[in-house]
Amino acid sequence: MSVQSPISSVNDFVVRFANVNGSGSASANELFARSILRHGVPVSPRNIFPSNIQGLPTWYEVRVTEDGHLGARGGVDMMVAMNPQTWDKDVASIEPGGYLFYDSTKPMPSSKFREDITVIGVPLTAITNSTYTDPRQRQLFKNIIYLGALCALLDLDPKVVEQLIGEQYKGKEKLLSSNVHALHLGRDWALQNLKCPLGLRVKKSDKVGDRIFMEGNSAAALGAVYGGATVCAWYPITPSSSVAEAFTSHCKKYRHDPETGKAKYAIVQGEDELASIGIVIGASWNGARAFTATSGPGISLMTEFIGLSYFAEIPAVIMNIQRAGPSTGMPTRTQQCDVIACAYASHGDTKHVLLFPEDPAEAFEFAAAAFDLAERLQTTIFLMLDLDIGMNHRLCRPLKWDDAKQYDRGKVMTAEMLEEGRDFGRYLDVDGDGIPYRTYPGTHPTKGSYFTRGTSRDRYARYSEEGAVYADNMQRLVRKFETAQDMVPRPLQANAAKPTKYGVLYFGSTSPAMDEAIGILEARGHQLDRMRIRAFPFHSSVASFIADHDFVYVVEQNRDAQLRQLIVNENGIDPVRLVPILHYDGTPITARFIANAIGDHQDHLKVTPLRKAVT
Amino acid sequence: MTYIAKPKFHHPGLKKNELGYTHRDYEGKISTLCAGCGHDSITASIIEACYELSIEPHRVAKISGIGCSSKTPDYFLGNSHGFNSVHGRMPSVLTGANLANRDLIYLGVSGDGDSASIGFGQFAHSIRRAVNMTYIVENNGVYGLTKGQFSATADRGSKSKKGVTNTDNAIDLVAIALQLGATFVARSFSGDKTQLVPLIAAAIRHKGASFIDVISPCIAFNNHAGSTKSFDYVREHNDAVNRLDVLVGREPISVDYAPGTVQVVEQHDGSRLALRKLDADYDPHDRLGAMTFLQKHAAKGQIVTGLLYVDPDAEDLHTHLDTVETPLNTMDERALCPGSAVLDKINASLR
Repeated sequence: MSVQSPISSVNDFVVRFANVNGSGSASANELFARSILRHGVPVSPRNIFPSNIQGLPTWYEVRVTEDGHLGARGGVDMMVAMNPQTWDKDVASIEPGGYLFYDSTKPMPSSKFREDITVIGVPLTAITNSTYTDPRQRQLFKNIIYLGALCALLDLDPKVVEQLIGEQYKGKEKLLSSNVHALHLGRDWALQNLKCPLGLRVKKSDKVGDRIFMEGNSAAALGAVYGGATVCAWYPITPSSSVAEAFTSHCKKYRHDPETGKAKYAIVQGEDELASIGIVIGASWNGARAFTATSGPGISLMTEFIGLSYFAEIPAVIMNIQRAGPSTGMPTRTQQCDVIACAYASHGDTKHVLLFPEDPAEAFEFAAAAFDLAERLQTTIFLMLDLDIGMNHRLCRPLKWDDAKQYDRGKVMTAEMLEEGRDFGRYLDVDGDGIPYRTYPGTHPTKGSYFTRGTSRDRYARYSEEGAVYADNMQRLVRKFETAQDMVPRPLQANAAKPTKYGVLYFGSTSPAMDEAIGILEARGHQLDRMRIRAFPFHSSVASFIADHDFVYVVEQNRDAQLRQLIVNENGIDPVRLVPILHYDGTPITARFIANAIGDHQDHLKVTPLRKAVT
Repeated sequence: MTYIAKPKFHHPGLKKNELGYTHRDYEGKISTLCAGCGHDSITASIIEACYELSIEPHRVAKISGIGCSSKTPDYFLGNSHGFNSVHGRMPSVLTGANLANRDLIYLGVSGDGDSASIGFGQFAHSIRRAVNMTYIVENNGVYGLTKGQFSATADRGSKSKKGVTNTDNAIDLVAIALQLGATFVARSFSGDKTQLVPLIAAAIRHKGASFIDVISPCIAFNNHAGSTKSFDYVREHNDAVNRLDVLVGREPISVDYAPGTVQVVEQHDGSRLALRKLDADYDPHDRLGAMTFLQKHAAKGQIVTGLLYVDPDAEDLHTHLDTVETPLNTMDERALCPGSAVLDKINASLR
């Protein structure tokens, strides 16, 4: 085996922590990521966890990236191997020249290591056991001790870590000082016994700026608070549960009446997803802004109600934090696999508005906007997140709110308007945009009441099975969907430096990997214009973008090229012009994957014609 | 059939209630159910109860699921908003509506298929949650709209119109509601309006989860010999434990009652329920006693009716969630949005 020199890199490497679920490692690992951020160096952390509470393997990966590449990179430069169960695989996954950090308390046979990596043994258990007697303390402080050792090895400023610990345990002096003590135990041992720092190191920089570090689910929940949601009904399902939990904690802070202390919100944990969406529909029908958060299996259960929302025209906001399906699938792995299921959810002819945020900042904005859209369009709006955005901390621009903004409550006929003698037909298209007026229950003693039903009815909400009446209504719903096209967030286009015949379409959590891949591809000589789709129905610029290029790659995280199918279906595009680039193993898509797939395809296009090659 | 208009004229001398509304103001469209259907009698009882309580007709939200019973909200309170939702899902829709605006009266109308089969879970959970509502099940033991299949409340051993004997055990929704903590539980019979009207009125005035199971014979598919939900069978086996009068406002308790035969229950909103005891031993404040009484009489083939349980100091879901008095659906950005200054602080905490 050739001698592999150790990887040397400043502010650009990947550290992966291999832990046992439930061992309390998560907070130490997050502290590690935050410490690097406080050095002014962007990080992109990811939880890779099993569908389990205690005992199974879990990983936490931190990509340290001065250049700000927030997608997953692939590969591991340093493995912090704290889980004997996954040792062999973990050791094997280290890049040649990488580093293995492990607990050297018990001797390991040399066959368990690799020659092409640097092995760093720290007797964590021995240090911990000689300091602490309580088993739980031993467990928790062991994590802080390895953090301390990493501090020395990667040249992190211990003051920065201490300050973060101080913020975390503000007012809990005992916990604060014991954590700081543990940190220094590990750091001092490493400084005395190991060559510090390593080739991998963190150097202070200024690349973080005013960006914030937040989970998409929490951001979406905050968007619901800002967007005026008052009713939330939900049923626990990974990876969406933290949306409702975050909404609860945001509401506790920001939604209590200062005088009475009473709640300006109602949150119900339903008995299932059917009840959750039922509560949302009931509340929205009655004029409150309501939402639910769920994942694939929940969407399947909700589809009957989604059809009712579409047909009876009742606002609803559904946040779908996508995970790998079908069926129970991989509940803790990410995918963008519910595009078709949501776009056409329910029996009969239906179409629904989908919003695709790329990160927590957009999750916040789109969540708030979803309530305006739902009430304006009187239909279900899906906020399509996925596990990668939802359950990982992501560096993003700060959240913004315009205090002059008023909620768009849509077309609601009031008692005054009814008194004026305005003609009220619940399903009457008065403005030509396909959107009728509605009234809230209890508006007027004699005017404006109507009977809401999932059965067909005429423009005045009267039951009817007349073919012409039914078709008239269905056509109006199409008109309404066309109206939606210009209301939803528009796609964003970025052109290549040089004119090119090729384009790429992508959406949602693929965004950071795509941005990075563009750079890699450019370096390989491939120029691509790119367009990030942010909503369905597709804006007309999507079709023109496709028309402007010989062909367009559609990058997505599912097997069946669902976005591509939707574009082909809705815009009548020749499928040959859309080349699918598909990643669907449950891990987040990487720039390497995209660049390789597109690069290989592009290279094939440049193959010299056979005749020319022979002569 | 498309929408039937109901003539608007009425007798000028029609009696008016306290608010000046006539009976007609509480009516809806003409029923499209079969002539003689028990459900139409329940509709008439709801109209009567709302008229007598002098409820503003538009302050009621009537919500139902799917089935014959669920069609009926179109036939009463024509000035109220109605919602014929999804099969078995009335309880969740009603719960959401109630959360959005606590000031309206919520009337949930369902059937035995809707509540005991497909919607059994939602029935149960809306009651456990103490949603402030009047939940009426129009119980005929049969699927009417799909022509005569047994429902889950059909008694074991009862016969279908086609002569098939039901071998499955029946679900008694009243027994379940008691177990789940409903704070107003009653059973009645669509053929006994004098018993039913005050029960509906009392349930509407009850703050909390009120449940009324109304046996309502299906004239088309479940009114034959061998059925235990037929008019004849229910009349023969009806065991009423009490008779009720609802007293609202300052009107004094009638002196017509013989001493010792009347129990007065004062509800949280000040309404009083005067219960004329028909069974001297029956105590409507004893949840456990009610459950036992029901089971004993069911074993003898008797259908116990009347106000079976009431907790006059009940709480509701809004109490449990500690929501503001102002209906949530009336709040705007000034009340709900924390604003940019708070957001700046949140941003700062995330760095």
